[in-house]
Amino acid sequence: MSIRGSDIRERIERVLNETVAQASSHEFIACYYSGEVSDFCRINNSLVRQAGTVEQHYLDIRIFRGSRSATGQVTLSGSPEIDSPRVRAEVSELRSQLDHLPEDPFQFYATEPKSSESLATNALPSSHTILSSILNKTRGHDFVGILASGGIYRAFANSAGQRNWFESYSFNLDWSVYARSDKAAKSSYAGFSWDEAEFTRLLSQTIEQQEVLRRPDVAIKPGKYRVFLSPQALGEVVGILGWGGFGLKALRTKNSTLLKLAQGEAQLHPSVNLSEVSTAGVTPDFDSFGFNKPRKVSLVDGGKYASSLVSARSAKEFGTAPTGSSEWEAPVALEMGSGTLPSAEALARLGNGILVNNLWYLNYSDRVSCRITGMTRFATFLVENGKVTQPLGVMRFDDTIYNMLGTNLEALTVEQSYMLENSTYSQRAIGFQRLPGALLKELSFTL
Amino acid sequence: MEPLQRSSDEGIMITVFAGGGIGYGATSDLSPAGIKRAATSAADWAKTSAARTVIDFSKIAMPRTSGRYASRTKTPWLGAPLTERVNRLRDLCAKLKTSNEVVDWSTGVWAARTESLLLTDSGSEIEQTIDMIMPGTTVRVANAADTQTRSLGGYGNARQGGAEALDDLGFWSGGERVTQEALQLLAAPNCPAGVMDVLLAPDQMILQIHESIGHPLELDRILGDERNYAGRSFVSLDMLGTYQYGSPLLNITFDPTIGNQIASYAFDDEGTPATREFVIRNGILERALGGTLSQQRAGKPGVANSRAVNWNRPAIDRMANLNLEPGTSTMEEMVSQIERGVLLKTNNSWSIDDSRNKFQFGCEWGQLIENGKLTSVVKNPCYRGISATFWRNLKAVGNSATNQLMGTPNCGKGEPNQAIPVGHASPPCVFSAVDVFGGEA
Repeated sequence: MSIRGSDIRERIERVLNETVAQASSHEFIACYYSGEVSDFCRINNSLVRQAGTVEQHYLDIRIFRGSRSATGQVTLSGSPEIDSPRVRAEVSELRSQLDHLPEDPFQFYATEPKSSESLATNALPSSHTILSSILNKTRGHDFVGILASGGIYRAFANSAGQRNWFESYSFNLDWSVYARSDKAAKSSYAGFSWDEAEFTRLLSQTIEQQEVLRRPDVAIKPGKYRVFLSPQALGEVVGILGWGGFGLKALRTKNSTLLKLAQGEAQLHPSVNLSEVSTAGVTPDFDSFGFNKPRKVSLVDGGKYASSLVSARSAKEFGTAPTGSSEWEAPVALEMGSGTLPSAEALARLGNGILVNNLWYLNYSDRVSCRITGMTRFATFLVENGKVTQPLGVMRFDDTIYNMLGTNLEALTVEQSYMLENSTYSQRAIGFQRLPGALLKELSFTL
Repeated sequence: MEPLQRSSDEGIMITVFAGGGIGYGATSDLSPAGIKRAATSAADWAKTSAARTVIDFSKIAMPRTSGRYASRTKTPWLGAPLTERVNRLRDLCAKLKTSNEVVDWSTGVWAARTESLLLTDSGSEIEQTIDMIMPGTTVRVANAADTQTRSLGGYGNARQGGAEALDDLGFWSGGERVTQEALQLLAAPNCPAGVMDVLLAPDQMILQIHESIGHPLELDRILGDERNYAGRSFVSLDMLGTYQYGSPLLNITFDPTIGNQIASYAFDDEGTPATREFVIRNGILERALGGTLSQQRAGKPGVANSRAVNWNRPAIDRMANLNLEPGTSTMEEMVSQIERGVLLKTNNSWSIDDSRNKFQFGCEWGQLIENGKLTSVVKNPCYRGISATFWRNLKAVGNSATNQLMGTPNCGKGEPNQAIPVGHASPPCVFSAVDVFGGEA
C-alpha cells in the first residue's frame, strides 16, 4: 500500500515550516521540495524486465545572510524523528559555511509572498492493473517500453511566509513495437486517467505499421531531400534549442546557439512562433526561489527572437525580471504555433520525400551557426507520390536551424500534438511540448 | 562566485525474487514503516511479474560473496578548510580573464562520496566507499563574428580519489593555457573538409571508445532491453569470439581494478567480484559487457558491470572503466607518419545512431598535420564515420607514456533513466581515411 498524497503534504509542510522557522532575524531561508511516489515497469518483448516502486523526497534549503548564501539538499523520510535532526544539522552546516564564502552580488530571491496551491485527484488505476493490461494486449508482439505512473509533488516555503504546493498524478507509457532489427513503430500514451480504449487505439496504430516496417529497407544517398517531420521529430529539433538557445545567460555571454537570431543577423520563417507557457495542473507556477512563472514567455515571434528565459540569478546579474526558469534557462512547457497544412494532407503535399516520425541523438555540430546533427530512428519511410512505400535505413542529417525552420520550411500542420515530458533522470520530469508537424522543402542528409 | 552547492542522499532499495518474478521497492523513508512499505512493494511486484518476466528469475544463480572496498584517497577534497578551497579556485579563475575577448570564464570542482551496502538473504555482505572528484575550467571568447570555447578536458576529467587528482590532471596550472588556446581558436580558420588521417587526443578518444565500443557491447542492449530508449546494437551474440572489431592494434580492457579511475570498485551492484578482462584483443571481439544476470540470459561470458546510479534505480549493464591499451608509438612518431591530417582534441559534440554505428563527433581544438608536422590551428573540427569500419582503420596507438586516465560522471541510459560515472583511459591514436569537416563559412 503506497502512501497517500494528503499524508505526504501534511508531512512535508511540517518540515518546510520547521525549516524556515529556523531563520534568525538577519537571515532569510527559502526551501524547495521535490518528491514522488512512482511505479516503474520496464518491458522487453512484452515481458517484464524490471518492475518496482520508488518513493523519494528531497528538500533544498537556501540560507541568505546579507549578500551571502549557501545551499544544501537533504533527503526526507517524512518521519519527524528522522527529518528534524537532519534538517537542523543541514541548516547549522550551511550557517557555518556562510562565514567562509565571498559576497555574491547576483543572489536574488522572492520576498513578496505569492502563495499558491494546485491540488489534484488521483484518478490513476493500480499500476499492477495497467501492467497486466499491457502484457495481455501486446502478447505476441515485440513490445518494448516503460510505464511510469504515480504522484509527483513540489512545494516551496520561505521565511517571508510564502507557501506553494503542487501535486499531479500522471502516467506515461512510452513504447516501441519492433518489426525487425532496428525497425519499429514508436508511440506513447500519457495522461491523468487511464482510458483502456484509447490505449488500445494507440497500440493498434503501432501494430498496423508492422506490415510496412517488415518491407526491405531502402538506402538513399547523402543529399538534400523533401521531408515531413512529425510533431515528435520536430520536438527533438526544437528540444535541442532549449540546450543553450533560449537562456538569457547564454545570450549575454555569446554562447546562445540562437545568437544570430537574437542579433537580427538571421531569422526563421514568419510562421514560426515559440513560447514557454505555464499550464495549471501540469507544471508548477513557482520556481525554487519562490518566483511565480508568467503565463507565457514569447521566445520566437513571427520568426524573430522575442525574449529569453531568465533565472533568478540572471535576472539580478542582467537587470531584468525572472521568468521562473531554473538555472539552466531551458523551456519546460514549449508550445509552437500551428500552421495551415491539415495533417491528413501532409503526405500528399510531401509528394516524393522522407517521412521522419522520429529523430534521435541530436547535438550541435556548429553552435554559432546553430547547425544541428542527428539520426533518423524507428519508423522513417520513403514516400513516393504521397504514399509510404518502404522503410528507410537510418540516415544522419546535418543542417542549420535557419534552413530547417527558415528558408526551407514550407508548412506547419493545423493540428498540434501534446507530448508530456518522459524524462526520468533522478526524478520524473514535469513538462510538455505542444507542437505541429513540419513540411520542409529540403533537409541535408550526410551519412 | 556562484552559490556553493552540497547535497546528501540516503535511501534503500529492496529487491524480491519470488515465484520466478522480480520486484523492487525503493524509498528515502528509512523509518521502520517506510522500509516495510518498500519491502511490501517489492514483493507485490514480484508476484505480479511472476511467469511474465524476460527470464525465470528463480533459475538465476546470483553471486554469494562478501567484502569491502574503499577508494585510495590520499587528500580528501573536503578535508581542506572551505576558505582555502574557495580562495584557490577564485585565484585560478581570476587568471583566466586575460583579454577583452574573454566573455565568460569559470572554474569549479565537483566532489562526492558514495557509501553503499549490499546485503542478501544468502549471506552476501558488501560494503564499498567511493570518493569521486572532477575539476572543470572553461573559457569562452568572442568577437563580432564568432564565439569559441576551450576547456580543460571537457567533461572527461572525473577521477576517483581526492585533491591529489587535481594535481595529476594539471588543474591548478592549466588555466592560462586554456585561455590562450581559446584566443587562438577565435583567430583560426574553419577546419578544412576532406578525407584524411586523424590523430585523436585522449580527451577525444574517450568519447570514441565510449560511444562506438562501450555502448554497442553492453549485453542488455544486445538483449533488447534498451531498444525503446538508448537503442540496440549492431553487435549480435554470434559475433562474440570471432568478430574483427578493429585492426590488430586494438586492445580493449574492462578494468574496475585501477584504483584512481572513476569507475573502480571491488564488486558490482549484483555482488559479482570485479576483475580485469580483455573485451577486444588484437582486434577480435572476445566478450560483451554484461553482468551476472545478463550473462545467464545470453549464455555468454561477461564482466562485473551491473551497476545502479543510486538507491532509487535498479542495476543495469554499464561500462565501468573501459580502456584502450597503450601501443608502442611516441607522439612524435604518430605525427611524423601523417602526410595530410588533423590533430583533434577535447570532445564538444557527440551523436550516434541507435545501433551505435553511424557517428559524428566534434572537438574544441584542431591542428593541421602537413607532411609529418603539426601546423596551423583550425576551429570547429568534426568528423563522421561508421563504427563497424572505423576501428579497422586504426593504424597507430600511442605508448604508455602518452596514455591518459580519464572519465565522465554522466553516462545516460536505462528506463527509468540513470546517469552514472564511467572511466576511460587511452593514448592518442591515428585513424586513416576519415571524413573530416568544419563549421559554416
